[in-house]
Amino acid sequence: MDFVNALVQGTLLGGLYALFAAGLSLIFGVMRLVNIAHGDLIVLAAYLGLTTTVALGVHPLVALIVVVPAMAGIGYVLQRAVLNHTLGDDILPPLLVTFGLSVIIQNALLEGYSADPQKMDAGALETASVALGPLSLGVLPLLTFAIAVAVIAGLQWCFYRTPLGRAFRATSDNQDIAQLMGLNKRHVFGLAMALALAVTAVAGILLGIRTSFDPSVGGGRLIFGFEAVIIGGLGNLWGTLVGGVILGVAQTVGATINPGWQLLAGHIAFLVILAVRPNGLFPRISA
Amino acid sequence: MPDPILKLNGLDAFYGDFQALYGVELSVHEGEVLAIIGANGAGKTTMLRSISGLITNDAAQISYRGQQIGNARPDVVAQMGLAMVPEGRQLFPSLSVEENLMIGGRVNRKGPWNLRRVYDLFPILEERRAQASTSLSGGQQQMVAIGRALMSNPDLIMFDEISLGLAPVIIRDIYKALPGIVGGGMSAVIVEQDITKALAVSSRVYCLQEGRVSLEGRSDTVSRDEIARAYFGVE
Amino acid sequence: MSTDIRISRTSNAAKVAAVLGALIVVILIAAPYWAGRADLRLMGEIFLYLALASLWNLLAGYAGLVSVGQQAYVGFGGYMLFALTIFSGLPPLVAIALAGLLGALISIPVAALIFRLRGAYFAIGTWVMAEVFRLVFAQVSALGGGSGTSLPTDIVRSMADGRSAREALSYWLALGAALIVVTAVYLLLRSRKGLALTAIRDNELASASLGIDIWRTKFFVYVVTSGLTAIVGALIFLQKLRISPDAAFSVNDWTAFVIFIVVIGGIGTIEGPIIGTIVFFLLRETLADLGTIYLMVLGLVAIVVMLKAPQGVWGFIRHRFDLQLFPLGYRVERSKDS
Repeated sequence: MDFVNALVQGTLLGGLYALFAAGLSLIFGVMRLVNIAHGDLIVLAAYLGLTTTVALGVHPLVALIVVVPAMAGIGYVLQRAVLNHTLGDDILPPLLVTFGLSVIIQNALLEGYSADPQKMDAGALETASVALGPLSLGVLPLLTFAIAVAVIAGLQWCFYRTPLGRAFRATSDNQDIAQLMGLNKRHVFGLAMALALAVTAVAGILLGIRTSFDPSVGGGRLIFGFEAVIIGGLGNLWGTLVGGVILGVAQTVGATINPGWQLLAGHIAFLVILAVRPNGLFPRISA
Repeated sequence: MPDPILKLNGLDAFYGDFQALYGVELSVHEGEVLAIIGANGAGKTTMLRSISGLITNDAAQISYRGQQIGNARPDVVAQMGLAMVPEGRQLFPSLSVEENLMIGGRVNRKGPWNLRRVYDLFPILEERRAQASTSLSGGQQQMVAIGRALMSNPDLIMFDEISLGLAPVIIRDIYKALPGIVGGGMSAVIVEQDITKALAVSSRVYCLQEGRVSLEGRSDTVSRDEIARAYFGVE
Repeated sequence: MSTDIRISRTSNAAKVAAVLGALIVVILIAAPYWAGRADLRLMGEIFLYLALASLWNLLAGYAGLVSVGQQAYVGFGGYMLFALTIFSGLPPLVAIALAGLLGALISIPVAALIFRLRGAYFAIGTWVMAEVFRLVFAQVSALGGGSGTSLPTDIVRSMADGRSAREALSYWLALGAALIVVTAVYLLLRSRKGLALTAIRDNELASASLGIDIWRTKFFVYVVTSGLTAIVGALIFLQKLRISPDAAFSVNDWTAFVIFIVVIGGIGTIEGPIIGTIVFFLLRETLADLGTIYLMVLGLVAIVVMLKAPQGVWGFIRHRFDLQLFPLGYRVERSKDS
């Protein structure tokens, strides 16, 4: 029974990891950018959510109304002002600039909020649960998973059914020719980053409701998101969800065996898949 | 003669560190079909990439309808009514046939061209509208590339190596379709390896040799000897 | 009067630099006799950072292996020093050398796995490996688990008689490590392998068609770098005398700072890490009171350098004055004979 429980809890946890990963996957798909500061941006979103709930006295989920557009705006400006200047054939500039960004965000958060762990208060939502046979499922993990599915379905729809998605795919395929079609690639990349950070905002708030956080936890979130992306296969959003679920299950199963093994088990699952399926389970594009 | 719509004023263009064009003077008039010929490496593609904004030059070296566009971004140039059918088609592989055409229509200029008219021009594309563009034959891909450029309702359309890598039958079909495309007052610049075809379809011809204009003349009056000299540089 | 052209590997600047460098090294070796205790410690730390920076520069700047997980080998080396001296009773100096060997060995299976990832994903893959190392060492209760352990005093005492003798030894080891690493990088780059590396960096496709085995060349560099990084890691924790998983595998301390040093100094040059280390410690000693603000400034400086002057401080100087202190390339010179 413990095992089944771990399986179910891990699957639900995987939804959160898929949300960490979706933004990462999106910007890699559109502009081949790997953002080392992604985890710190998730944590930034959590702090923005915290400030919003405290300042306005609203529920963390209501704070999404403020944090999602704020993060999207940050994403657009960040892309146009900084990250667009790093794109090219050389992988060093984007990597090093986002690494610098990561250190800046971390220390800015330390300066503004101190190193003390914080948590968002979501009231009854945190403890509510529903019984499913012998299992007891938390409403919050269920809601997180449902949101993850909805976000990924939404991104998928945007990517394959809207003019914006068409612009993303065209720019990803061939930047030069996309520009000949009247697409301003700087603007398109700005929109992609805005969308990615909007998703990050959702991930950050759900993280902040689920567990306590401090300015240093960004690196770990980046790694979870990254592992989900690689397990699922580059460029495949539904694959990313599967990757998140595999990672979540590995962690909860590992934790059932020995609490100290939770994170290690997740990393090992990732390394095993990397060893046997280097391109992930469902690859769409090659790196 | 009225002012040309496109004018190159001593264009010096670089391909990386390598200078590909030296002081090129060229003009295209309203409704005119211009052919550009020249050996590989003569600078034809660099010229089209410069005009379309993919290569940045001095602003004054290229003017379009009186505006200096030498350093304009490619998307801005496209909005002004210049379209290109690139060498090797270069369709977007992750877009379907119809999506490729629709992205061409993003520029949203007024004019006669829309999905319906492109499908009327190339009926086979309507049958294949939902397919991945990569699943088409080379000729069909060229039709998509032409349709994609037309969808922006350009005033000037540029074809880079229009028949490169296509079967002779297909090339004939494409050329048969050309008058229907440029008939409505649209200007065209056609880069072509096949000199006979280039002369037949155009009113004027330019030959490039090692980055310089080696010949300029009316397509119906230039002689084969003149072209051979301009093309190969033999005296 | 005739002008003949000759090709030479060295230049006057390089000769002057070699003489000056030798002089500086002699002065530095004598430091325990003229410097205070605190200064000696600081200089030891500077040399260890210089060694880490030169190694990361070799990895990222020459082999194109942009790793953000070198803390894996720093921590591994540190832990090996503690494990080998505590459990096997080996003398610290032997343990340090062995830590390097083991670091190189463990990097082989690691490379076999993460070399499957390309470009930026390789970078994050190295970080995952460092996390795995951290989590594994946190499980070893004999080494203090998550809270870490100290080097027993009898082991520390066994190194040399008296505190100042130990501190001098520790300093000389750090200086030696920096000299060995910089020299090794220089010699490697002058060798055939170095030529292959430069070729790969300039054009991977062309070098493959010329018969350079890219995978093997990169693999070789990765393993050598990992082994040397483990030695530096052992020396770092010999200075600190205390180790814990969080300190040993810190991404900020052993990778972020090192990357900033190399970027600011000038990536892809031997001189860059030296200049960068000097700049880094000057900034740190003047701005350290500002705490987090100092780190934000550091990150900002690195971003600005990367965007506005990607060749770094040394790249700027070299471009301006045509200088090369470590002669790697060949230069054409005219010499006048009358």
